[in-house]
Amino acid sequence: MATESSYYVPEQSRLPIFATIGLFMIAFGAANWINGGSAYIFFAGSLAMAAVLWFWFSAVIRENMAGLNSDQLKRSYVWGMGWFIFSEVMFFAAFFGALYYIRTFALPWLGGEGDRGTSNMLWEGFENNWPLMVTPDAAAHGDAAKIVGPKDIIDPWHLPLLNTIILLASSFTVHVAHVYLKKNKRKAFNIWLTATVALGFTFLYFQAVEYYEAYVHLGLTLESGIYGTTFFMLTGFHGAHVTLGTIMLLIMLLRSVIAQHFKPDDHFGFEAASWYWHFVDVVWVALFIFVYVLGG
Amino acid sequence: MAHGPQPGLSRWLYTTNHKDIGTMYLWFSFAMFLLGGCMALVIRAELFEPGLQIVQPEFFNQMTTMHGLIMVFGAVMPAFVGLANWMIPMMIGAPDMALPRMNNWSFWILPFAFAMLVSTLFMDGGAPNFGWTFYAPLSTEYAPPSVTFFIFAIHIMGASSIMGAINIIATILNMRAPGMTLMKMPLFVWTWLITAYLLIAVMPVLAGVVTMMLMDIHFGTSFFSAAGGGDPVLFQHVFWFFGHPEVYIMILPAFGIVSAIIPTFARKPLFGYSSMVYATASIAFLSFIVWAHHMFTVGMPIAGELFFMYATMLIAVPTGVKVFNWVTTMFRGSMTFETPMLFAVAFVILFTIGGFSGLMLSIAPADFQYHDTYFVVAHFHYVLVPGAIFSITAAVYYWLPKWTGNMYNETMGKVHFWLSFIGLNVTFFPMHFVGLAGMPRRIPDYALQFADFNQIASVGAFLFGASQLVFLFNVIRTIQGGKKATDEVWENPEGLEWTVASPAPYHTFSTPPAVR
Repeated sequence: MATESSYYVPEQSRLPIFATIGLFMIAFGAANWINGGSAYIFFAGSLAMAAVLWFWFSAVIRENMAGLNSDQLKRSYVWGMGWFIFSEVMFFAAFFGALYYIRTFALPWLGGEGDRGTSNMLWEGFENNWPLMVTPDAAAHGDAAKIVGPKDIIDPWHLPLLNTIILLASSFTVHVAHVYLKKNKRKAFNIWLTATVALGFTFLYFQAVEYYEAYVHLGLTLESGIYGTTFFMLTGFHGAHVTLGTIMLLIMLLRSVIAQHFKPDDHFGFEAASWYWHFVDVVWVALFIFVYVLGG
Repeated sequence: MAHGPQPGLSRWLYTTNHKDIGTMYLWFSFAMFLLGGCMALVIRAELFEPGLQIVQPEFFNQMTTMHGLIMVFGAVMPAFVGLANWMIPMMIGAPDMALPRMNNWSFWILPFAFAMLVSTLFMDGGAPNFGWTFYAPLSTEYAPPSVTFFIFAIHIMGASSIMGAINIIATILNMRAPGMTLMKMPLFVWTWLITAYLLIAVMPVLAGVVTMMLMDIHFGTSFFSAAGGGDPVLFQHVFWFFGHPEVYIMILPAFGIVSAIIPTFARKPLFGYSSMVYATASIAFLSFIVWAHHMFTVGMPIAGELFFMYATMLIAVPTGVKVFNWVTTMFRGSMTFETPMLFAVAFVILFTIGGFSGLMLSIAPADFQYHDTYFVVAHFHYVLVPGAIFSITAAVYYWLPKWTGNMYNETMGKVHFWLSFIGLNVTFFPMHFVGLAGMPRRIPDYALQFADFNQIASVGAFLFGASQLVFLFNVIRTIQGGKKATDEVWENPEGLEWTVASPAPYHTFSTPPAVR
């Protein structure tokens, strides 16, 4: 059916319409849940989506093992993953941009600087500082304020530094795993990939410890003004991406251990997951510098 | 691969065929065009006279918001994606889109997303009422509860657009027939390649800004709240960083369509092909550094006002190159004026008018007078209606014989063109005058002195709306039958799509054609 010169166009497929229904239930269910309704639709949609993804990826793997995928088709997957990661970069860019707009423009103006400094009259006594420990609300209204700043912030040179080392190490281990896969050393590949997944879980554990510390001991929450907002939104979305990346790598590990998938010259599933992992790593380095170190 | 279409509904639900998916995109887009158009007619009916006659201000606000959202995300963008699906594989000699199943997923998300968006009209507190630009804090602190559904609808529409764009890039970069080098690609393919990059770059930013809204509304964050150290103006910056490239997403493929049609009916090759490519790329680049010209009156430092003013004016240069090339292509051509050409020529003239009013708006000090008046409404309707909508209409007439194998009714097509042309100018030209005189946009009532021009505009709007039914009727008649089209359809048109049979077989270019 497929030779090097012909491109495999799949037959009709039920996957897309079921994926649509799953995605719709997730979106509608999330809105319904957040607005005070029940959470069932959201969770049912998540299950449906997980099932569709399972069948979808199975189909793609099956087609590849049946030899239907020409080199040209494989390049389509490579382009697809590459530009998907670029779209994720732009998503994070929006939040980094927000952080720097606030720090460079909004807060100095609120603090009375420059042409726009008159806005300080609305928040008398507010001074611009970063990290923002006293919000404009707290500065102007004292005890009556609704949005108050955190008591303290996370010290970059303890858990965050450790997490930086962990993630950088995991980028290294996943690369070593890739090298062994290309040399067809299955056992070494499995060991180094296991190490990567373990490092991923360790990172997530420390991140959870850090969040617990922030919420319980430091009064640093989503609701403690713009510092808490940017801190948790940036690190939170990153953490969600680490979770996803860890799951992806775990699935690759299971595929290798249980089903003996991947060949030295044909393993784009793993490679795509490892690209995603490197991307998550780069975002963390940016977070460590711009949120933790330069924000502390 | 050798199969034809499946019978019945499952053909459309489960399809992986780019032509089927293109057809579904186009019909969906037309349905949304009619729905959004009906909302525009509610607006124009209310504005026929000063005072409140037909709807309450609250519902009027919902109509302006939903009209904008539906036309941008439901009518214009899906129509271009539908044309891309139909034409790009045939133009570059590919058997289908690069990722056919994902292609179907991208489409089917849209009807579900819009069902969710439109359903907000029936929710407690009504539909979103804060304008299609949904500025905070109107869209956060003061929003109706349905805003949560609006946010998630935007999220899944964005997912659909990103997947569609990835698919188009993979198709163009990976699936061109041997010999189809980049600088041999038809301009429609080029403009879509660049548009797809814009989509991938800015749809995630839109997702980011609605996520910030969601967090501010429901989870106590302070992105847009000065009390916590945030800033409502931040919303506008993030939104317009998406929003300005978005307006080019809605016009670059139109440039590609017009660049295909004008050479065919002028019987001359396109003048300045490579300059067209570079101009498109320049416009795309500039679109990322002009966003704050939407915000001149919000309170920016003078350096910001000046930078965004001059950067915006620069866009006139590559756009001028394009208009010059289209006019030069027509110069001394053996021109005939079939319906697609009429729409294309009207595009060149009326889009230029919209471009000039854009140049007026780009002058920061003058913008303080124009801002948020009907002059702005006139401007962006001149670039979107005779720009985006006319180009889509022209494309449908131009390629319909290839899609269906039948010629459309030329007389009915010309009637459609002239009614649309007169209708849109009667609707939108007077808006320049009432805008310059100070009539604000998005208000259901107005001062008495604006009544004459508003009545003229309302009459034009109903004429324009009714004339689209002629279009619908003509398309349905063409699908059912009519004079058989030849494979070439027009006289010596350029492009691989004219080398296949009319109607185009279900699968084309299963083996790549030779391109010289």
